[in-house]
Amino acid sequence: MAETGPLRRVAVPAPALSPVTLLRIAIILAVLAVWEFLAHSGWLYRDVVPSLLSIGRAFADLLSHGDFYFNLGVTTGEIATALAFGGLAGLAVGILLGANQFLSKAFESYLYYLGPTPKIIFFPIMIMWFGVGPGSKIALGTLSCFFPVALSAAAGMQQIDKVLIRVGKSFRASTAQMVWKIYLPAMRHPIINGVRLGLGVALIGTLLAETKLSNKGIGFLIIQAYSIFDMPRMYAMLIVLFVLAIGANALVGRLGGLHSIKRL
Amino acid sequence: MTAAAPAKSSAPNSFAPTAVGLGTLVIFLLTVEILIRTGVISQFIVPPPSEIIGSFYRVIVEEHVFNRFVLTLTECLTAGVMLTVFGVAGGVLMHRFKLLQQACETWVAAMASAPIVLMYPLFLVIFGRSAWTMIMMGFIAALPPVILKTVEGISGTRKVLVNVGRSFNLTPTQQFWKILFPAALPTIFVGVRLGLIFALINIVGVEFLINFGGLGQLINDLAERYDLAGTYAAICFVILVSVLFFMVLEKAERWLRPVH
Repeated sequence: MAETGPLRRVAVPAPALSPVTLLRIAIILAVLAVWEFLAHSGWLYRDVVPSLLSIGRAFADLLSHGDFYFNLGVTTGEIATALAFGGLAGLAVGILLGANQFLSKAFESYLYYLGPTPKIIFFPIMIMWFGVGPGSKIALGTLSCFFPVALSAAAGMQQIDKVLIRVGKSFRASTAQMVWKIYLPAMRHPIINGVRLGLGVALIGTLLAETKLSNKGIGFLIIQAYSIFDMPRMYAMLIVLFVLAIGANALVGRLGGLHSIKRL
Repeated sequence: MTAAAPAKSSAPNSFAPTAVGLGTLVIFLLTVEILIRTGVISQFIVPPPSEIIGSFYRVIVEEHVFNRFVLTLTECLTAGVMLTVFGVAGGVLMHRFKLLQQACETWVAAMASAPIVLMYPLFLVIFGRSAWTMIMMGFIAALPPVILKTVEGISGTRKVLVNVGRSFNLTPTQQFWKILFPAALPTIFVGVRLGLIFALINIVGVEFLINFGGLGQLINDLAERYDLAGTYAAICFVILVSVLFFMVLEKAERWLRPVH
């Protein structure tokens, strides 16, 4: 009798690199090649597209100086403070509006329509209120991140399963217990998503404010590089900033269980 | 016309919250006015709301707000046209070549979360202190959502529609223009709407930062002149314009969205 056994998967040797990876590598190489060609072609003003080597040197120079880390620390501190203030205020307002239908109808449309407005234009007011130091940058970051967090929290509150709320009420949970034990755990994903969006806009608000008026922070370094026309340094700083921003965004998403960078 | 009917029937219910919302705003402004007049808040930091309202006319007439508004809107719409053309084309390309989509979609999504607007000093160097800096800034910063939504819209076409196209033996071009593109249009418009909002935010922001152009520059100009009431009035005006822009786009989107 023929011997029968479990089916075995025929081992097909997997290619060392998948076609997607190969295409990615090809795209990156093509972009770098075009860049280098443009840098040496003389078609553009000198240094508008600096050579990769000079960007690399500027990159190494940037990362090897303590000055950069000090300014990065200042900006990170400002963004973290803005996220803490704006996030907590947004969360409180979002929970309040989400829990009360009347308040939601009265005020949520204001939040909804004020959310997508340019916040940087409030900077002159912030300077008058909080001075030219880090205070005004933190305030602008706070204002920027308040709206996405509040709107996400309000939407999250409204989507909570009613059964969970009834369970909490049947246990006669106090308001604080309801918030800690029911609302916050149940709306974890919308809140994390709001924080992720809030982080993005707080970062933009704070850094833009730094480019406008400051004497420290990454925004200041970028505008300083622009004013002395040190283009390789500016490119190096933008690369570092983009990597940090995208990394922070993905990290917040991962920590909150959003498994990929969520689409808009 | 038909859309007005449910709004009418729900009007009595929605009146009280709206009144509370507006009432709170009025009470807030009155309180600020009193606090400033009694000297609790310095009028050199916050001008009285009555003065801000009074300076609206002055700002609108003397600062040529209409011309500035047209300039900013033109920049925004130019960026919008470029966004629609390149964003939709990029999305279609990514849908057509699956390998390209697999390789680049994460990159585009990552770019959507990157602070692209911080590249404005670079754009200043490349395009000079001109309207093109603003237009290109708005365009680049707002491109990712248009691409992503186009891909989402085309990929999300209902299977039954695609099968109808197949049963009619449509060529790939016909399949795209007769089936995929019309089905994806509402989602694509969501992307274009998001893109236009991003473009407006970035354009006004860069105008303010580089002190050049339309509405954004007006705020910077008034702030540098220390015309407090004027600055506050101009900020209110820009916020109002942004909100109106947002509302118009939303209405257009609703008009485009098919009723199921």
